[in-house]
Amino acid sequence: MNAHTPIPAGEAQIAFRNFNFFYGDFHALKNIHFEIARSKVTAFIGPSGCGKSTLLRTINRMYDLYPHQRAEGEILLDGQNLLDPRMDVAALRARVGMVFQKPTPFPMSIYDNIAFGVGLHERLSRADLDDRVEWALRKAALWDEVKDKLKQSGMSLSGGQQQRLCIARGIAVKPKVVLLDEPTSALDPIATARIEELIDELKDDFTIVIVTHNMQQAARISDYTAYMYLGELIEFGLTDQLFVNPRQKATEDYITGRFG
Amino acid sequence: MSTLVPAVDVESRASAPPRPAPRSKISGHLFTGLSTGFAWLALAVLLGILVALAVASWPAIETFGIGFLFSAEWNPPAERFGAVIPIYGTVVTSLIALIIAVPVSFGIALFLTELSPAWLRRPLGTAIELLAAIPSIVFGMWGLLVFVPIFAEVQPLLAATLGQIPLIGTLFTGPPMGIGLLCAGIILAIMIIPYIAAVMRDVFEVTPAMLKESAYGLGCTTWEVSWRVVLPYTKTGVIGGIMLGLGRALGETMAVTFVIGNTNFLNSASLFLPGNSITSALANEFGEAGPGLHTAALMELGLILFLITMVVLLLSKLLLMRLAASEGGR
Amino acid sequence: MDLHRRRKLVNRLALGLSMGAMAFGLTWLIWILWTVLDLGVGALSLSLFTEMTPPPGADTGGLLNAIVGSLILVGLGTAIGSPVGILAGIYLAEFGRSNWLGRITRFVNDLLLSAPSIVIGLFVYATVVATTGRFSGWAGALALALLVLPVVIRTTENMLMLVPNSLREAAFALGAPRHVVILRVTLRAARSGVVTGVLLAVARIAGETAPLLFTALSNQFWSLSLNEPMANLPVTIFKFAMSPFQDWQRLAWAGVLLISLGVLGLNILARILFRAEKLS
Repeated sequence: MNAHTPIPAGEAQIAFRNFNFFYGDFHALKNIHFEIARSKVTAFIGPSGCGKSTLLRTINRMYDLYPHQRAEGEILLDGQNLLDPRMDVAALRARVGMVFQKPTPFPMSIYDNIAFGVGLHERLSRADLDDRVEWALRKAALWDEVKDKLKQSGMSLSGGQQQRLCIARGIAVKPKVVLLDEPTSALDPIATARIEELIDELKDDFTIVIVTHNMQQAARISDYTAYMYLGELIEFGLTDQLFVNPRQKATEDYITGRFG
Repeated sequence: MSTLVPAVDVESRASAPPRPAPRSKISGHLFTGLSTGFAWLALAVLLGILVALAVASWPAIETFGIGFLFSAEWNPPAERFGAVIPIYGTVVTSLIALIIAVPVSFGIALFLTELSPAWLRRPLGTAIELLAAIPSIVFGMWGLLVFVPIFAEVQPLLAATLGQIPLIGTLFTGPPMGIGLLCAGIILAIMIIPYIAAVMRDVFEVTPAMLKESAYGLGCTTWEVSWRVVLPYTKTGVIGGIMLGLGRALGETMAVTFVIGNTNFLNSASLFLPGNSITSALANEFGEAGPGLHTAALMELGLILFLITMVVLLLSKLLLMRLAASEGGR
Repeated sequence: MDLHRRRKLVNRLALGLSMGAMAFGLTWLIWILWTVLDLGVGALSLSLFTEMTPPPGADTGGLLNAIVGSLILVGLGTAIGSPVGILAGIYLAEFGRSNWLGRITRFVNDLLLSAPSIVIGLFVYATVVATTGRFSGWAGALALALLVLPVVIRTTENMLMLVPNSLREAAFALGAPRHVVILRVTLRAARSGVVTGVLLAVARIAGETAPLLFTALSNQFWSLSLNEPMANLPVTIFKFAMSPFQDWQRLAWAGVLLISLGVLGLNILARILFRAEKLS
């Protein structure tokens, strides 16, 4: 489609190539073909059911958990096809972290929540592990709030703190890409603002892909935006351009609130 | 609007609010009284059991005092009774049952929630639940007539393998007769596996998908998700299920009585030896016990059994309360 | 990489063990069911339902008196225990949600649920059999009723709690008095759940042996008198299975088959009933 503005050459971290996705017989994503830029924030927007979450969940092959869900085509992560059946999914997920709609702290202490993921992929000394936990909590702007209660249950934190804990847990593994699936949909406006600030800081170190139902949020925090509708990628380009000067009538209707 | 409704009608309604007919009022009181009374009845039954058993066992309590709990002698002709052997049998068979049943049940629940193909999940789950309904006498009779002869052939094998391990080896020595404490424990295990597995499966199933996906998203394997995230998340339910199974095992009569051997002598730690549990002693001896100390001693055994199950239930409730309190935000 | 390989190995091992556990569990249960079916069907005959339990050594005989006795005892136990249980369950869900009597009763009911059935038998022996001076059908039925009670209390309460409060409020808003709201609206909405609870309680007592040993005892002869010891399947099976006589053991297998089929049938019925209601 010519409604896509390609990202600058050589900047691609993730590339979808003729990608299709099926829930059983239902063709959920149709011929997706575009690239996601390194160290930028890319937002997926569109009405509910358009496939934006489905698309996000293919990048770490979360769909593997469910029978009857299958993908065709290619998704290249740093040039390597992650749909390859020989791909080690656990290792892939060390490179691609994910944060969900609702905070999902594990039933263990704050410290262990962070150390848990790290321990899956690296063997660190106690001191190194302590450093890593602190590093991740600082990155997630949570350190000052929890440094005195690292042994407390992760479930004792407030919703916004829990979500930042989940972000810290994801980045502690030092992934290249962080997937955010409507990360603020369960949070109040103040907690949401903190997460948005955090995303802006994190993009120096990580490629960020975020699904959001909130167009203002996409406009505020993303560099690139993909507008999806009925399983198709309608328009993709620089966020400023897409919001100010959409090329497709459908995109314009959606962002101006005429439907959706 | 008001013109459509005759004024007189409005007034008559306002002045005579509908009052419940007297009969309805009486039946209302009757209903409330009955249901309240029957709630009291549950309390009365519990107190009744405790009092009745205490009164019936009073001669034994009076004669043997606290020594009843520490004497291993059970000698009806001489009228000397002690509870050590039946209590030991009850506790040991229940522990054997738990040691076998808990890991197996966890494996079954894991299989049903994470591994089984979708089309097998329902039938297998239903099968497990239905098996929990099979009366215990079936297990006991099958145990005695089918399992015991085969188990007697297996016992020398156990003695040659497990029996050689230092420390726990003595548990697996002795004559291979089939019947005995180990056999009773195994039959109990088979009986309580469905209970524990069904509870574990239910609580694993209600673990939020998003929590599991979060763990998978970090790169966890299925085992790591189950062991390190799902199990801690569901621990209260899992403990509840295990306690349910333990309660069943402690109070079970028929599955044990058929195969435990029913002897009141025990002079070694071997699990191959026949023994007695509280329930099997009651089932076997109560009918033949003459009035007097023998009956009273058996009544006291029943009282002790009830107190043991009550204590187990209380402890599990306390444990669950403490877990819930330490969880805080959950 | 080494770490990854080790984790994968552990995973495969654990999942293999889980499959092994499933197979282990199923093996026993299939083995038991197969034995019951095999030996039970082999022992089935018409005389099972027409003749009385035989004395040792006789090569005829059936289970008629035991079957009829079991039906009477279970029927009577349910008839006594379930109305009481339903009303007490109503109290817990409708009147005593948070008062002290409700809390205590709920707790006491948990204790009764976990009480070993043989202890219930001892209790009825001490209160009824010892005072009347004889084993009797009434004593057996009472023991079974005491086992039905906590099961029905629990399920009735749970099922009533599932009824949404808006339904109660809607009925109260029409001016209906409390007992009418409960009997005609709440209880009706929870009807299939309550019936399921009763069915499950029946299934539970149908196979109970221990509480009957000291209460109804058994009776080798035909007797419908509730003031006499009453024949019943579980105790008969216990006696016959423990005996050295081949014929008695055959009858015991037949009895075990009948009980198992009855109990499984009740459970399946309860499931179908509950599921049908949930779908509608």
